[in-house]
This record gives sequence, structure tokens and C-alpha cells, in this order.
Amino acid sequence: MALADLVACPRCDALWRVPAAAPGTRAACARCGTVLISPRRHAGMAIVSMSLAAVVLVFGALWFPFLSVEVQGLGHGATLWEVATSFAGGPLFVVSLAVTAAIVVLPLLRAGLLLYTLTPVVFDRPPRPLAAPAFRLSERLRPWSMAEIFAIGCAVSLTKVADLATVTLGPAFWMFAALVVVTVVQDRLVCRWSVWQAIGRA
Amino acid sequence: MSDLHALTAREAGLVACRLCSRVWPGGTPRCARCGAALQSRDPLALSRVWAWWVAGVMAYVPANLWPMIAGALELWAGGARGVALIILAASVLIPLLKFFAIAYLALSATRPVLLSPHARLRLYEVVEYIGRWSMIDVFVVAILASLVQLDVVASIQPGPASLAFALSVISTMLSAQAFDPRALWDGIERDAAAPARAPA
Repeated sequence: MALADLVACPRCDALWRVPAAAPGTRAACARCGTVLISPRRHAGMAIVSMSLAAVVLVFGALWFPFLSVEVQGLGHGATLWEVATSFAGGPLFVVSLAVTAAIVVLPLLRAGLLLYTLTPVVFDRPPRPLAAPAFRLSERLRPWSMAEIFAIGCAVSLTKVADLATVTLGPAFWMFAALVVVTVVQDRLVCRWSVWQAIGRA
Repeated sequence: MSDLHALTAREAGLVACRLCSRVWPGGTPRCARCGAALQSRDPLALSRVWAWWVAGVMAYVPANLWPMIAGALELWAGGARGVALIILAASVLIPLLKFFAIAYLALSATRPVLLSPHARLRLYEVVEYIGRWSMIDVFVVAILASLVQLDVVASIQPGPASLAFALSVISTMLSAQAFDPRALWDGIERDAAAPARAPA
């Protein structure tokens, strides 16, 4: 049997014959339950659209205020940029860098990498020369892209200062809320096996 | 026992790519499909888990000696009990549970333990999933600091504790990522090869 007809579970190393999974079904490892293959019809197009939406939402969220505070007529709106740079000065500058990376740079980079990898596949063109390293990087960065965590952080902050001042959620908050949905749906749609089949060299 | 045993890539003399699940003949250095480095079992994986684990614990101590717990207690006294509980859970309970869970998993890779591989894999997945969510503390500090810059409410200055806490979260995530969950299942083959123990 050719090795290409086998699949090994990344979580328990069990070896299986690649099942004939129809679109909409999922093949899981019979020993540990990890989903191995979960193809979907039109998943590529959906992922590409979601990535575009993510780029638009992050860029939009950069310019609008997240939360605005008002006490006795004095108002202040915090934009994403101010949040990311609020640790400026001293060694805490590192935290600013990490926050900026987690909520702006990495979500944008991942969306860009997915667009680069999957757009040719969706339009039945040959994969780009660097498609494999690009998708590999996108997978490695997945845990570090934290837009959805930031959105929940906004909600927590809101409850913390709600007693002290009038706080309103800005447009950027709702953009990030939408980004959470987009990110979750996108991660559900990506069948890694199918992507590697489409872009891999072997 | 029988439902736990499966033919593994390693037993078949193959090496599996953990990134794209493709298998290659044993000893192949790099996956020709996705380009990831291949290693059937990395002998240094557990050392890396423990190294990041120690770094995480070391960074966690100053993060909480600084006013994180004090702040939560103040919120509790001020009546914001729900928020105080959320902060306490996110900054004290969950990090501690994560440290214990990773240590347990790493220890279970080399010696017999009570929990089945299934239960331990579930535990690993929970730790892996929850790890990122601890960053919420750092984000909340950043949001509050930028929100009250104008001194309209009060001045909030992020302290060095936030740096220590961020380092702790990142180290713990790297520790969990360094763990190879396949080690949870290797014990089954090891036990099968060893003479059967007498039933208790």
C-alpha cells in the first residue's frame, strides 16, 4: 500500500487508511477521537471570504474607538492603537509589542497567509510556490492570534469601570465581536488534510 | 485494553508528520508534503516542557505578589463580587490548575498513572485551549490604562506585574505546546510489551 493512502493521528500516532470522507462528514481517529479529515463543499471559498472580512474588520477597528468613558462632561474614547501602546516606556514596552502582535499584527498576518495559500486553490489555479511554508506559518501562529480574547477583555473592562463612569461600547468593539465569529467559523471550516492535499507537493 | 491498542506509525516503522498527518518511511528528516521537520519521538520534548514550565512558574510568582490579588480583594470589598471572582479565577485559579495539569501530564508520560490516556488527552486539550485565555488579564489592564488616560476616572498605571504575568502565560503556552500528546499513548504499547501484572 502506498504511504500516501495512510494517515497518522497527530495526537496518538495511530495509523489508518485514508477514509473516503464525503463532503460534510468527518473522519475521526478511532482510538482517541481526534478529527482527522472533515471536508466541506465550497470551504475554500468560504475561508477566503472570511479572511477578507477579517482584514476589513481589523483595519476598521484600528480607527474607531473601542470604549468611551464620560464623567461630568469629560469624555475620552480609547482606540485600539492607544490600547496597544498603553504600556509604552520602560521594560513594559515589551508588553505593548506583545499586545499589538496578538490583537492586530497576527490576525492580519494569518488572514493574509490564508488568502495567499487558498485563493489560487479556490480558482483552480496551481498553488503558489510558497504555499506550503505560508500555510505552515499560519498554523503555527494560530494560538498566538488573540483577537477573540481581546474582545472578551473589552467586555470585562466595561463592567469594571461601569460604576465609576458612563461607558459606551464603540464601533470598534462590535467589529471585534464580528471578528470573533469570523475567526471561530473559519477555524471550524478549515480541513487541514484537504488543504495539504491541495497545496502539498507530495 | 484491546480498544486502546492500535497500530501506530512508529510500530509500523514509519514516521508521522504532526502538522499534516502524512506518513513517511522511518528516519525521513522532513515532510515532503508540508515541509515540517519530522521526528518519531523527540527525546528532548519533555525537557522542553519542564524548562518552559519552570519559567512559567518563576514569572507567575512576582506577577501575583504584585497587586493582582489585592486588586481582586478590593473589588470584592467594593461590592463588585462577580468581577472579583472572574479576576481571581483568571489570574490565580486557572494558572495554578494549568501548572498542575501540565506537570501531571509530563509525569504521566514516563510512569503509570490512574487516568486513562483518553482522560489525559482531554485534559491536555483543555489546557491547550485555556492557555491563551489567560492573556485576558493583560488585555484588561491595557484597556483600562488607555481608557483613563485623561484622569477622568482615576489614573491607572500598568505595573511590572503585567509584564511578569504576560511572560508567565506565554511560557505556560510554550510548555503545553512542547508536550507531545503521543507520549500519553506510548505507555499502552510499553505495557503490552511488558509481562502482564496480576489483577488486583
